[in-house]
Amino acid sequence: MAKMKLYIGASNPPMSSEMKTGDWGTELAYIDKEKCIACGQCITFCPEPATSMVEEDDKKYAVVNHDYCKGCWICFTVCPVDAIEMRTKDIYKVEVC
Amino acid sequence: MNYFGPGHGACPGCGFPIAIRGAIEALDGKVIAVNSTGCLEIVSSMYGRNTWGVPYIHSLFENAGAVAAGIETALKALKRDKEAHVVVFAGDGATFDIGIGTLSGMMDRDHNVIYICYDNEAYQNTGNQQSMATPPGARTTTTPVGKLQPGKIGKKKDMVEIAVAHNIPYAASASIAYPKDFQRKVKRASEFEGSKYIQVHAPCVTGWGIDGKLTVEVARLAVETGLYPLVEYEHGKLVKVRKLKQRKPVEEYLKIQRRFRHLFKHEMGKDILDQLQRIADENAEKYGLDA
Repeated sequence: MAKMKLYIGASNPPMSSEMKTGDWGTELAYIDKEKCIACGQCITFCPEPATSMVEEDDKKYAVVNHDYCKGCWICFTVCPVDAIEMRTKDIYKVEVC
Repeated sequence: MNYFGPGHGACPGCGFPIAIRGAIEALDGKVIAVNSTGCLEIVSSMYGRNTWGVPYIHSLFENAGAVAAGIETALKALKRDKEAHVVVFAGDGATFDIGIGTLSGMMDRDHNVIYICYDNEAYQNTGNQQSMATPPGARTTTTPVGKLQPGKIGKKKDMVEIAVAHNIPYAASASIAYPKDFQRKVKRASEFEGSKYIQVHAPCVTGWGIDGKLTVEVARLAVETGLYPLVEYEHGKLVKVRKLKQRKPVEEYLKIQRRFRHLFKHEMGKDILDQLQRIADENAEKYGLDA
């Protein structure tokens, strides 16, 4: 009898990362790395997840991957030190005469 | 590798991806995900665009409980049941209405499954039709606001109590506004042998008519007004309740949502507001929410 092989805890790598959802919204989140206290709130709450923690010269801070940031403002509302700024994308800055 | 996302198709500001990712991370990725039909299936399992970093199966709207029971039994027969947790992710429509039969059967046979229901209080995938999880007075496409009827008639079903009535070892309610609390509950649930039920409140931006940035605030207000008490049952006993220092009036939660906007103008709206406040007061008394 052929033995059935079951893989547990592994699957094909997620393919949805090819979907660049960063072009959905009108705004993108930017994190001020001077103000960031690396509390991880934005990483816990980001629905995507588009935020991640990086370490550089003994300072930890969060960064936003703009390939996937949908501009939902959730990180902006949960940040305890107001380190996150929402900037409108250049293509949406239309001057009305 | 991420366990869930990025690149899924949920709306900006959607609540449930926070819960799904939190649950899988709490169990260190040792998860076999069973999913019933709903928003989660649509946004995460498009052909060739799989979002899941864990084994995943979707079958039908009504049989997530039965599928999970089958997987758990197969793992036991292969003596590999210690390697992963079988976790069901289902919406409130699949849990409260359509799938309650197989869910009840799963709990009755006490299969070792964690059942997580993300509760967005209507069938939001098909465009906001009422389910048994919809609170009274909410406007949906099947309970429209007219002269004689301001939104849904009838109360929200208390599914946590129904789960407790099955004598399962663990049942709890959680909210995406308190992700650490939710993750602790998922971890705690994984320590029990038998069926576990966790219901997590997850706002829907389009159905509830809120701005994406209000998702966390609305979920927090639901807890702080007493309309969504965070409770925890172990072996049928209430072991933990999230106490509230200052319970807020329900109007604060209702007035920022479009689905309740008519209550403040409709001539019968006052009765519904009183009814919702009464539900919050009853919850506070029943669970002892006021600190």
